[in-house]
Amino acid sequence: MVDFLSFRDDEPGQEPAVTFEAFAGQTNATAVRIEPGDDARALLPSLDRISLVEVNFPVFGDGRGYSAARILREAGYTGELRAVGDVLVDQIVAMRRCGFDSFRPDHPFDQTAVDAALARYADVYQKTVDGRAPVWAKRHPETTHG
Amino acid sequence: MYRYDQYDQSIVEARVAEFRDQTARRLSGALTEDQFKPLRLTNGLYLQLHAYMLRVAIPYGTLSGRQMRMLAHIARKYDRDYGHFTTRQNIQYNWIKLEDAPDILAELATVEMHAIQTSGNCIRNISSDQYAGVSADEVADPRPWAELLRQWSSFHPEFSYLPRKFKIAVIASPEDRAAMRLHDIGIELVQRDGVVGARVFAGGGMGRTPMVAPEIRDFVPESDLISYVEAALRVYNRYGRRDNKYKARIKILVHELGADEYRRQVEEEFAAMKQLGLDPPTAELDRIRGYFADPAYESGLPDSVDRSDPAFALWIDQNVKAHKQPGYAIVNISLKPAGGIPGDASSAQIDLVADLAERYSMDELRVTHAQNLVLPYVRKADLFAIWQALDDVGLAEANLDLISDIIACPGLDYCSLANARSITVAQKIANRFADPARQRDLGELKLKISGCINACGHHHAGHIGILGVDRKGVENYQLSLGGSGAEDASLGAITGPGFDENGIVDAVEKVTDIYVRERTAGERFLDTYRRIGMKPFKEALYG
Amino acid sequence: MKILTGNDLPTGDVIWWAGDGWSRQIAEAVDVGDMGDDLARREEAARHVVGAYVIDATPTDDGPRPAHIKDRIRALGPTVRPDLTLKPADPEAGQWVI
Repeated sequence: MVDFLSFRDDEPGQEPAVTFEAFAGQTNATAVRIEPGDDARALLPSLDRISLVEVNFPVFGDGRGYSAARILREAGYTGELRAVGDVLVDQIVAMRRCGFDSFRPDHPFDQTAVDAALARYADVYQKTVDGRAPVWAKRHPETTHG
Repeated sequence: MYRYDQYDQSIVEARVAEFRDQTARRLSGALTEDQFKPLRLTNGLYLQLHAYMLRVAIPYGTLSGRQMRMLAHIARKYDRDYGHFTTRQNIQYNWIKLEDAPDILAELATVEMHAIQTSGNCIRNISSDQYAGVSADEVADPRPWAELLRQWSSFHPEFSYLPRKFKIAVIASPEDRAAMRLHDIGIELVQRDGVVGARVFAGGGMGRTPMVAPEIRDFVPESDLISYVEAALRVYNRYGRRDNKYKARIKILVHELGADEYRRQVEEEFAAMKQLGLDPPTAELDRIRGYFADPAYESGLPDSVDRSDPAFALWIDQNVKAHKQPGYAIVNISLKPAGGIPGDASSAQIDLVADLAERYSMDELRVTHAQNLVLPYVRKADLFAIWQALDDVGLAEANLDLISDIIACPGLDYCSLANARSITVAQKIANRFADPARQRDLGELKLKISGCINACGHHHAGHIGILGVDRKGVENYQLSLGGSGAEDASLGAITGPGFDENGIVDAVEKVTDIYVRERTAGERFLDTYRRIGMKPFKEALYG
Repeated sequence: MKILTGNDLPTGDVIWWAGDGWSRQIAEAVDVGDMGDDLARREEAARHVVGAYVIDATPTDDGPRPAHIKDRIRALGPTVRPDLTLKPADPEAGQWVI
């Protein structure tokens, strides 16, 4: 069983993540944990000193963390972006597409299910922040920028 | 119509494999029902009153004969020999076994069909105008735009766990045949300086708190469509309410923020997103448009029709609509036979319509939000043969848009959310007004019935709307008047205390009597109601 | 009386707790007293049932009659399609629902 999954080359961040409110007042903190109602945009001015953002999913059906992740990546954040909490193996592909690169689920993943999920979709329809070419880019290689 | 390429096909096949795996994990116990439920729902599989129910997507309501035949095959092999066409242009099967669902999806995939995102808190099937491509009043065919949105919304990673379901409609005519402004996002294609773009509405919907969507952008150019809609969804995903499922639809967010503030937030998000290169190149929409080019119409076809058979002439007058091409017509097939179940069709009927589409309608047909079918490309010379074939299987009812052309949700006969039966009420009303001459005299009269507040039967948008409620364990029906899902969109107003099942049929008759008494020449029921108001109707009902 | 109902996991069929297992016939449903919730949890965990819940019913000569119309429709089948109910040969079966 997998209780921590990382797609990064570096060591996982070990510093305990502080809450979003605490982070605002602690200029030396480098790890922050955001809850569904927190505005990820408030972190953008501090991105260069953050090495770990934990995005908490108290219940798997609350999808706000997906937007938070994309907002951070779209703004150029390159540190570790970790999904924690009620994260299900059937969600990790979409989370990867939104920029998450590590996972600490409340209930460990089954490795076979992880491998199957990651291998399943060879093609994707949308451009996001994961660098994968959407099918429209594959259909029109001549017109695709970037 | 659109055809899958290797990418579309591989994505749908991957989904079949994924769902097969998820189903196996559920049956083996690796997934609990709480974990499995959102997974099966995003693939259209509900646990309903009698069994599992599978809703199959019919993107923007367009089908080929081969696809239609597959729907009949599934009904025959895996269900009880019939299917139910829904108010979102989809089809659902009521007696599905969980253990069969992966095989059904695999069969659907062989004809480029699926059940992806036909339920769950995600972007649902994109709906559109059933006359797309054949109506003279459209500025462009809306379906290429709908297909672009279908692809963008399929497995959208950021919007798979929205606060609530999300429905998008795309039309391209001033006449709204798709209840566009009653969608979470409604798009009307419009022309500006010779260029087609999207006029965008947001925050419409029916359900517990019905709203007509306000406009949030008068023109989005083709090259910005995806990033603009993405911005609109992101604002909703971040700020839509999640504390109360009854307040979680975007209409509540737009209403609470106000359209101006919602618009401002979307514009701010859009300004940032536009820089990210999220929009496909225009070549992609052009590629999709290629699939929707006009078929090879014949020229010099006769425009006149032999009307010597009076029953045929009636059907022509009621169910056949003008086509943009001389010599052609649009045929509406009513799935509302007298006393029947609105939207239901047997395998044999579905097969017959598939045959007719292949033989007489360039291999294409449509499903309408009013739960009827359309043959969009019919030579006028073939109308009589089509009518005869339809009549043989009980599908030649000449009642389009008349009082017996009732929209009804499945209600308590099938649905676990329902509070009252809808179909029985529809049947009783249709029987009460069985006289075709009387129906025609009443003219256009859109009667819509929902069995609960979720309003799948669009009762808020009915000229006459009926809502089933549970009053101390007994079915009770509220009447509303004055709704419209068309370009003059409005929400019906409740007349007063509800009625029992027979009482509601009498009540409908009373309001139509008031209409007949009060109407002026050329007025529809809705026009008369709008002119004279609720009072005379109330007096007749309760006075 | 209290009876326990739900759906069969693989087929989705409506089923009723019959004392030593599940039955598709409501006539075989037994009074579960105050054991319904425990039974439901146990049977769901064993994947014998999905969506199990306890309802009120009245005992009659023909077996339990659920208090709510929704469960009577579940027990019989759709009132608008007598041919698809559990009693297709009985034209009066629908009256039991109402």
